[in-house]
Amino acid sequence: MSAATVISRRTVLAGSGALILSFSSAGRLFAQGDAPPQPATLATPPPLPGSLKQTPNLDSWIRIDADGAISVFTGKAELGQGIKTALMQIAAEELDVDFDRIKLITADTALTPNEGYTAGSHSMQDSGTAIMNAAAQVRQLLIAEAATRAGTPAAQMTTQDASVIAPDGRRFGYGELVSAQLLHVAAAATSPLKDPSQYKIMNRRIPRVDIPAKLTGGAAFVQDLRPDGMVHARIVRPPSYGAQLASVDDAAVRKMPGVLQVVRDGSFLAVVAQHEFQAIEAMRALAAAARWNETAKLPDAAGLGAFLTSLPVQDITVLDRQQAAAAGAKTLSATYSRPYLSHGSIGPSCAVAQLENDTLTVWTHTQGVYPDRDAIAEMMGMPKEKVRCIHSEGAGCYGHNGADDAAADAALLARAVPGRPVRVQWTREQEHAWEPYGPAMLIKLDAALDDRGSIADWNHEVWSNTHSTRPGPAGSLLAARYLDKPFPEPPPKPIPMPEGGGDRNSIPIYKIPGARVIYHFLPTMPVRVSALRALGGFMNVFAIESFMDELAAAAGADPVTFRFQHLDDPRAREVVATAAERFGWATKPPFSAPGRGRGFAFARYKNLAAYCAVACEVEVDRDTGRARMRRAVAAVDSGQVVNSDGIANQIEGAILQSMSWTLYESVTFDERRITSVDWATYPILRFSAVPDEMEIHVINRPGMPFLGAGEAGQGPAAAAVANAVANATGHRFRDLPISAERIKAAIGV
Amino acid sequence: MKLNVNGAQHDVDVDPRTPLLYVLRGDLKLNAAKFGCGLGQCGACTVLVDGEPVFSCVTPVTLLADKQITTLEGLGTPERPAPIQRAFIAAQAAQCGYCIPGIMMRAHALLQKNPRASEADIRAFLEPHLCRCGTHMRILRAIHRAQMEMMSANAGGSG
Repeated sequence: MSAATVISRRTVLAGSGALILSFSSAGRLFAQGDAPPQPATLATPPPLPGSLKQTPNLDSWIRIDADGAISVFTGKAELGQGIKTALMQIAAEELDVDFDRIKLITADTALTPNEGYTAGSHSMQDSGTAIMNAAAQVRQLLIAEAATRAGTPAAQMTTQDASVIAPDGRRFGYGELVSAQLLHVAAAATSPLKDPSQYKIMNRRIPRVDIPAKLTGGAAFVQDLRPDGMVHARIVRPPSYGAQLASVDDAAVRKMPGVLQVVRDGSFLAVVAQHEFQAIEAMRALAAAARWNETAKLPDAAGLGAFLTSLPVQDITVLDRQQAAAAGAKTLSATYSRPYLSHGSIGPSCAVAQLENDTLTVWTHTQGVYPDRDAIAEMMGMPKEKVRCIHSEGAGCYGHNGADDAAADAALLARAVPGRPVRVQWTREQEHAWEPYGPAMLIKLDAALDDRGSIADWNHEVWSNTHSTRPGPAGSLLAARYLDKPFPEPPPKPIPMPEGGGDRNSIPIYKIPGARVIYHFLPTMPVRVSALRALGGFMNVFAIESFMDELAAAAGADPVTFRFQHLDDPRAREVVATAAERFGWATKPPFSAPGRGRGFAFARYKNLAAYCAVACEVEVDRDTGRARMRRAVAAVDSGQVVNSDGIANQIEGAILQSMSWTLYESVTFDERRITSVDWATYPILRFSAVPDEMEIHVINRPGMPFLGAGEAGQGPAAAAVANAVANATGHRFRDLPISAERIKAAIGV
Repeated sequence: MKLNVNGAQHDVDVDPRTPLLYVLRGDLKLNAAKFGCGLGQCGACTVLVDGEPVFSCVTPVTLLADKQITTLEGLGTPERPAPIQRAFIAAQAAQCGYCIPGIMMRAHALLQKNPRASEADIRAFLEPHLCRCGTHMRILRAIHRAQMEMMSANAGGSG
């Protein structure tokens, strides 16, 4: 039960037709960004919280039927990060209804708000904030309506379990209070949000709503869709980037059992068959019959650093804080690199599409139904309104994998068999060879220490391709580039700060008098790249936090103490202190056993989202060179907690995935073709290398804005591992991956 | 040909070379076994054949006449989940969840054979499985939980 707030004033904006509400007691504002809320005037409307900015109407987010059924809409998608459960908790809390009453509808171009991509750890701050404020405002509208009907001041009305209750005990169910237009109003800038101390559903470890179906054989994924009349398709992709189909004799393939269509459009080649294995067999036969002209020229995979620094650059000055370095200072310089990294989804990309009359429906595990819809419509030459993209879960994506491309493939093939739903699934080899990788990067750091052992001056240079080639125009879609009338690949663009792409997290969070950061943006992309979880934040944090340990050593300081010495932000300090304390950094002596080491690292994701610190222990086998994490302890502050188990799950996953990137992974290629095309040629973490223990400490910040946590662990985990390996071996590894071969070469017996 | 899946006989009309996975998913409309690689490298397609875990993506159905095939659907249902499913749900041992059914099948097979499997046994047994989300710690916790539940149920039954 919660106290009501009086609606003091209603103003109808002339011309807009929207009803603008404001509340006498300005609620707390769960909004992102530094801009303080402005006083509401008609001339300068105040910023709305979260995605309400783009989609202000309350009934775009929350609808209540006459029977009391409550539907909540989000433009974000469940990617396995647990967002559905968290958003439902938020809605139920602020509406004052049971959690089970909420029906959540996720990303669908016919039904939900356009919230762009489900990416960048933005879902809680964009959609969570919008739903929280919308729900609070809806509850107030319901209270006001009940107050009118009861003839009682709204301030005396309370809400409980989807009803408004008058002081005399009369109950008004939400369903009976709602009329057609009641919720069809624009949101106000501030909302009468609950006091976090009153939360009953938020800040609780409610089990995820999507897990039971996934663990009992329910139809949980796009791969599990089987609409009536569905047929199966497979693509024959070129052997290398840009290869053109010279010829294909498909006569034999057309006669194979179950084959319905062989589709060729320029160099886009595919087969549609009745049953799935028939499509696979036909794909194999078609691939064997195809002749290609290959033109790709890939760089020397063993010399990526030299290659990256040889490319033409567009220089971006990210930070230029001038301050003369202290005289007589000690200077350090180091260069760090990472290879191309694969998203490596366990389920290859898949989509189902159906063209009925002039309307195309695509079920896709894209991260952005609206951008994907726009790109597909352009590719198909169809009006956007005639294309509907519905999100349906895939295997975890961790960024831009083949999802959008598979959706485009399905759309093209739906046109070949009008009326029939077509299911396309990529092969493992296609996913590995054609997904857009996280780009290779090089980072050069220089710093000077003053005579007190503090950092006086800092220079950071980062070389990288773009970290997003998402749709976008049609040319963002793989298939569109290979059609007879191809769509050109759009020119790459850097993602601007403060979020950044290659320069994400490149500004040191530490207090340093003089600091410069240059992003050498590389437009040339011989290898297909795009967004991989944390974008440049992974590599910039890996480099900065490795370098912080190198500087600490040069200053003769303990790594944790050294970080403290350079951190002002109290939330940063608390995260660092919590991880260090729970790990026993100060109380347990450093290891004396050979081959054992410990490492620490910290970052605030994008310098504006969640704070995360990771401490870990590793053991290094000197005979094999293999490093294994034995134990990890992390602390995370992502603002107001909605579901701490969901946050812990994300951070645990981030640590293990990042450890896998750090120790094992690199995309390989020869001068023409990608050669890491399966799990044998692109090995990742397996159970034998899983740590013995892991602890995640979630710091709650009641009433503070949501800070996305999904990517916050990637950078700190990598640097903590590297620092622990350095501690264990006495050797600093600056090039990823820190593979057994590299360790053995450096320290092997 | 005839296939025995989850205790029921099914007549399926397929090319005998067809890997079991496509028959389970396509003909029998079972969702739990997943396509991950088609190469026997990731374990997402794992089912039991006469109690032994196999990669259904590389096992032709022609080898499976007269065998007892068990998929995750055969262990339990959403209403009556098996101990291994209850344990995974209780431990919230999933992120995207795509790899989990295969992992549960292999873990179930191990615990059936060796209820007292050690931590090292469990890790070694799960080596054929990949999880890209990094849910490993929870998966291991869930298997321990299932193990405890099964052992206490057995202890209760015997005495």
